[in-house]
Amino acid sequence: MGLAYYPGCTLKTRARNLEEPAVASMEALGLKLDEVPRWNCCGAVYSLADDDLIHQVAPVRNLIRAKEQGKDELVTLCAFCFNTLKRANLLMKEDAEKRNTINSFMNEEVDYSGEVKVVHLLEVLRDEIGWEALSQKVKLPLRELKAAPYYGCTLLRPREVAIDSVENPTILREFLKALGASPVDFPESARCCGSYQVISSPGDISEYARPILNSALSHGAEALVLTCPLCDYNLGRGQKELAKKQSEFREMPLFYFTQLLALALGLGPQACHFELNHGNPESLLREKNLLSQGESVQPIGGQR
Amino acid sequence: MNTKQTKKKSAATAVKHRAKNPAATAVKEKRQIAARLIPIYIMGKRYEVPEGLTIMKAMEYAGYILIRGCGCRGGTCGACGTVYRKPGDYKLQVALACQKTVEPDMYIAQIPFFPANRALYDFAVLTAAPEEVFKLYPEMFRCVACNSCTKACPQGIEVMDAISALKQGNISEAAQLSFDCIQCGLCTSRCFGELAQYHMLQLARRIYGAKIVPRAEHLAEMVKAVNEGRYDRFLDELKQAKEDELKKLYQEREVEPMAAGEDWKPKDTRYL
Repeated sequence: MGLAYYPGCTLKTRARNLEEPAVASMEALGLKLDEVPRWNCCGAVYSLADDDLIHQVAPVRNLIRAKEQGKDELVTLCAFCFNTLKRANLLMKEDAEKRNTINSFMNEEVDYSGEVKVVHLLEVLRDEIGWEALSQKVKLPLRELKAAPYYGCTLLRPREVAIDSVENPTILREFLKALGASPVDFPESARCCGSYQVISSPGDISEYARPILNSALSHGAEALVLTCPLCDYNLGRGQKELAKKQSEFREMPLFYFTQLLALALGLGPQACHFELNHGNPESLLREKNLLSQGESVQPIGGQR
Repeated sequence: MNTKQTKKKSAATAVKHRAKNPAATAVKEKRQIAARLIPIYIMGKRYEVPEGLTIMKAMEYAGYILIRGCGCRGGTCGACGTVYRKPGDYKLQVALACQKTVEPDMYIAQIPFFPANRALYDFAVLTAAPEEVFKLYPEMFRCVACNSCTKACPQGIEVMDAISALKQGNISEAAQLSFDCIQCGLCTSRCFGELAQYHMLQLARRIYGAKIVPRAEHLAEMVKAVNEGRYDRFLDELKQAKEDELKKLYQEREVEPMAAGEDWKPKDTRYL
């Protein structure tokens, strides 16, 4: 059985370490991710201006692509794509006037009214596979890995698209537990990483990252677990700058949740593209016996 | 019966029109047997032109002398991008002026050139890394997937899909989807996000052709053989041949059949 899957542009370039382990893992779990054909940019960020309908066209077009495949569910990996697609879907479902405007503008496509359900891969793991079943598939438990789940904003806010409790999310904690890791809760796990603000004020990138990383470190985290390429970029760059500013600051590996999934399912480091990660994960993975003797985080044959 | 009447009427109109249009008087005699005339509007001005002409021919018929916006006249150079509207239709239509025949009441304007920034790059040092294309054309990420570019393409290219592929770092897909592009620039003229699609996709095709598609090994071997002089002897023979002999060789040459298979060989294999 295949799931209609929307990757997102960044996952095909900078964040291949988010996508490729997910594709490999889901195949191993028997729920293959089938990329929807002819997908385009998700819209990158959901437009909040009430009359700015042109920026809803991109996400809606992707939802139409899923509908054309006869699918009633669209799986996303990138937290930002998830947010943009799900909110656009909500708009198409609930606002008849805007729905008509958008549908008539896109006269080359079939009409759409929110028929496809947008879900995040974490929801598939929780609701369609289940934590118990997932833990039984684990071949290399991530024992003793103290990983702090970092949600960021877009999986949880606004409330109508949240995949979990807005105030007290546990989905990543449950996920990590199923993989055998030791999740580390910390109070800043849903604090904003700076999002696109870092483009208009790039000097602040480390100041957005500082409270998040300090909080995770002080609660004993050895690594941060992410779902979003933008969080990865901001926190990764931010901690590099912090390390430059303060000699005592310790950078930590940032993992995508899908990398830990693939690793725990025994798919090996080559499926994970750790070479694209921030915070040099190799020494931590070695320390936790998650890389065997001959294994390295470097890709075979170099980067493409 | 009706048709006859219309023809008569049109011919009368044609005479009247010709009087106003000195550029067309040279073909006065031929006009008597011309096709039915239909009204078109070129840049807002009404002209009556013979049915069946292309937009380009119709413009020339109306007296325009085209020194730009006109190239191959065969639908491949991309110089004659044209937009038009028909009464009662809210949608803008696009065409190549040398390919599209006139229709009654078309409102026509040519867009032979559309200003668009083309990035400067040293192609020899470019690699096939998508990030290099992103740096040259960062405006690519302003695309809102409105699909206006696709609707404006006279070649029927899925322009938006090609741009999406490029954004996803898939240069090969972008190159293949845009293979039929003739660089007319109509996509860019309609772009909400100010992208220069035709330049971006040309870069994709260049990178694809030069840096992604595997090199043909047999070509390198052949070039080496040529350089080493394997064929000089045959060329010398031709150079020394008399004119009559050359003509005879040409007329008697063996031509590869249209649907020849890959294993086809000429009867005379001396030159292989």
